Amino acid sequence: MGLFRAAFDKIKTGLAKTRSGVAVVLGDQPLSPTLIKQLERELIQSDVGVKTAIELTKDIQAGWERGEIESTGDAREFLIEQLIAYFPQEDRTIHFEDRNVGPTVILVAGINGAGKTTSIAKMAKSLRDEGKTVMLAACDTFRAAAVHQLEVWAQRLGVTVVKGQQGGDPAAVAFDAVEAALARGVDVLLVDTAGRLHTQDPLMRQLTKIRSVLEKKLPGAPHEVILVLDATVGQNAVNQAVKFTEATEVTGLFLAKLDGTAKGGIVIAIREALNIPVKFVGLGETPDDVEAFEPEKFIRAMFEG
Amino acid sequence: MFGTLTDKFSDAFKTLSGRGKISESNVREAMEQVRAALLEADVHYEVVEKFTAEVQTQALGENVIDNVRPGEQMIKIVHDELIKLMAGEPPEDIQGDAPGLGSTSTQSGAGEIMFVSPGPTIIMMAGLQGSGKTTTCGKLAAHLRKKGKSVMLAAADLQRPAAVKQLEVLSEQVRDEAAGDKTIGFYSEPDKVAEYGKAVGAAVTVCKNAVKQARAENIDVLILDTAGRLHVNDDLMGELRQVNAAVNPHQIYLVIDAMTGQDAVNSAKAFHDQLEIDGVILTKFDSDTRGGAALSVRHITGAPIRFIGVGEKLDAIEPFHPERIASRILGMGDVVSLVEKAQEQVSEEEAQALQEKMAKGKMTMDDFLKQLKTIRKMGSMKSLLGMLPGIGQQLKNIDLDESQINQTEAIIQSMNRDERADVDLLSGSRRRRIARGSGTNQKDVSQLVKGFEMVSQMGKQMSGMGMGQRLKAMTGLGGADMAAMAGGQNPFGKTKGSTSQKPKFKKRKKRK
Repeated sequence: MGLFRAAFDKIKTGLAKTRSGVAVVLGDQPLSPTLIKQLERELIQSDVGVKTAIELTKDIQAGWERGEIESTGDAREFLIEQLIAYFPQEDRTIHFEDRNVGPTVILVAGINGAGKTTSIAKMAKSLRDEGKTVMLAACDTFRAAAVHQLEVWAQRLGVTVVKGQQGGDPAAVAFDAVEAALARGVDVLLVDTAGRLHTQDPLMRQLTKIRSVLEKKLPGAPHEVILVLDATVGQNAVNQAVKFTEATEVTGLFLAKLDGTAKGGIVIAIREALNIPVKFVGLGETPDDVEAFEPEKFIRAMFEG
Repeated sequence: MFGTLTDKFSDAFKTLSGRGKISESNVREAMEQVRAALLEADVHYEVVEKFTAEVQTQALGENVIDNVRPGEQMIKIVHDELIKLMAGEPPEDIQGDAPGLGSTSTQSGAGEIMFVSPGPTIIMMAGLQGSGKTTTCGKLAAHLRKKGKSVMLAAADLQRPAAVKQLEVLSEQVRDEAAGDKTIGFYSEPDKVAEYGKAVGAAVTVCKNAVKQARAENIDVLILDTAGRLHVNDDLMGELRQVNAAVNPHQIYLVIDAMTGQDAVNSAKAFHDQLEIDGVILTKFDSDTRGGAALSVRHITGAPIRFIGVGEKLDAIEPFHPERIASRILGMGDVVSLVEKAQEQVSEEEAQALQEKMAKGKMTMDDFLKQLKTIRKMGSMKSLLGMLPGIGQQLKNIDLDESQINQTEAIIQSMNRDERADVDLLSGSRRRRIARGSGTNQKDVSQLVKGFEMVSQMGKQMSGMGMGQRLKAMTGLGGADMAAMAGGQNPFGKTKGSTSQKPKFKKRKKRK
């Protein structure tokens, strides 16, 4: 995929930090009703979603009764195969605008504390390391010192940042940022927005407004809308994705703080509910801790330990 | 909040309510649904298993089956168990099969902080990244100032860029905006800030110095804002332990996102194992979380939930009341919280003055506008109405249009002073002008005037039962009386009582 180094071992170690995993299928022992029950429990606890967990377990139960799935090893293979089938081939790359046309605008949104700013720093660093010029737009004019936080990152990474007044109109900052990006001919403009709960309608409308300002100022923009989700959040992540998509047509997910969860099953719950690809996963606090998302490897990491 | 969980519970109990006779298998079936609902709401697996087993045993043991009103009896058991789950104490009155549903008065010391004398009382905040520690520090400071305490905020998060700055800005906001007149101090050592992983340990010195400073300034409460960290990061957890050992905080609060999933609840346990936390603050409670964390956390950590964060503003923090939350989960409403909210906004004198005006039929559009704004300040219409017993259920599909209130405000603000004082002045041409000014049409203006006239007429008739007295009457309601209001009628059964209650109350709200 080119943009990000796909060293999956990192995800493995990321997950492994807290690994208690879907441990029951790690070994290879004859399956029993007790183990099947335990598997259901562990699947539920890994945040894959109750429905999915129960369905998968039922299938395994049926397979066991038919004599097709005899051991935990068989169950593991079955799970991996089933879950990989959840992720059809899809486009998980960033769509870049033709350089001759103008900057690629990436709008970044998410709820409070999801990890937007850190995720932006990660994306900015990867893009910069690819040789692209990057500009950041500090549209979080609400939270105390949010602009300052982005500035610190910009300084550390050596990229420029466009900012507005604390308490000012974020859409106006977005407008200015596009103007500045055009004037300076940067390759990518990353737009940071204030964290907002997906249940706050006025704030969601504000996000729609920021989007339409970008659209108006630069036809085709935003070229990507990345929703940052906290991997430690439970099934609520699905609601978040739905609401944010309603407000601003999310094109990809950035699953942050995956190193904070043992299992990361929320990836599957989101896939089950929505058709939005996970494009990146965040695995730590430094700007290097980001990886492209590769479902097959991810799922294998979940079950193979 | 809790929307889906409430729905699911309601579905589960439908099979039981309204029936004169139910079987053991009915109970089991309902409990199976409750189990699924809880799991989907991200309640921790072990907690769910324990909870459903407990409820089932009790239900079968208490002869719910032979009870005249098995549905209600079942709801009462679930309600009590929910409280037990969140409060960690056995609810009182379990044996009595009175129809009252929420007859518990479990006090878990919600929002109470033990202060030491001489100060400062030291509170340390800890939690995962993005759980909301810094914002909560600000809210807590505002809360304490309102209670007459001087507070110092110390920035011990030296990792996240601009975290120190954020806390500084917050402390200024508390100083400028929060109620109360006590000092709000801020302590930081910005030179110690470093990139991630490079300042580990420096927080210990900062915290020690902050304590010295707070002592020197005679501060009542010192709040230490620590960096977000993963429970599996040994270095950073070690730092917290060091801070703990160095300054001996009187209270350690763990800040947890209310939307936390199955897995991450385990992190709470890890924090507790290392720090022995004294309480939990659940943040982002105003989201559409199904409340899994609220139900799991007490069981997993053994520490009580002290506060909940319910919005972005500084005053959006509330003490956690298990019995009220349990009522809300079961769609039984939360009148006590509603009254408290009202009292925060309306002073006794204001209420009295308005009551007199109304009695004389002299309420003006200005008064009306003020009332609207007061209600506004209390929260969204939907969240307010959701606190009324029996209404939450009927409310779920109604999209209450807040813009209606905006429109009303705009119309009134487009009137001149004379018109506001005397609506009789409003001739056709004046109404046209007002409609233009407020971006509405004449019909909207007329509708408002008509509504206003009706309301002030009613005010005259109902004189002597104004806002102030009503409030007083309502605060007098203890848990049992509140339950009586909620009970008597099954919150899930669409009895006549529950539907006829709604419009009546709505009108009252408008009128005041």
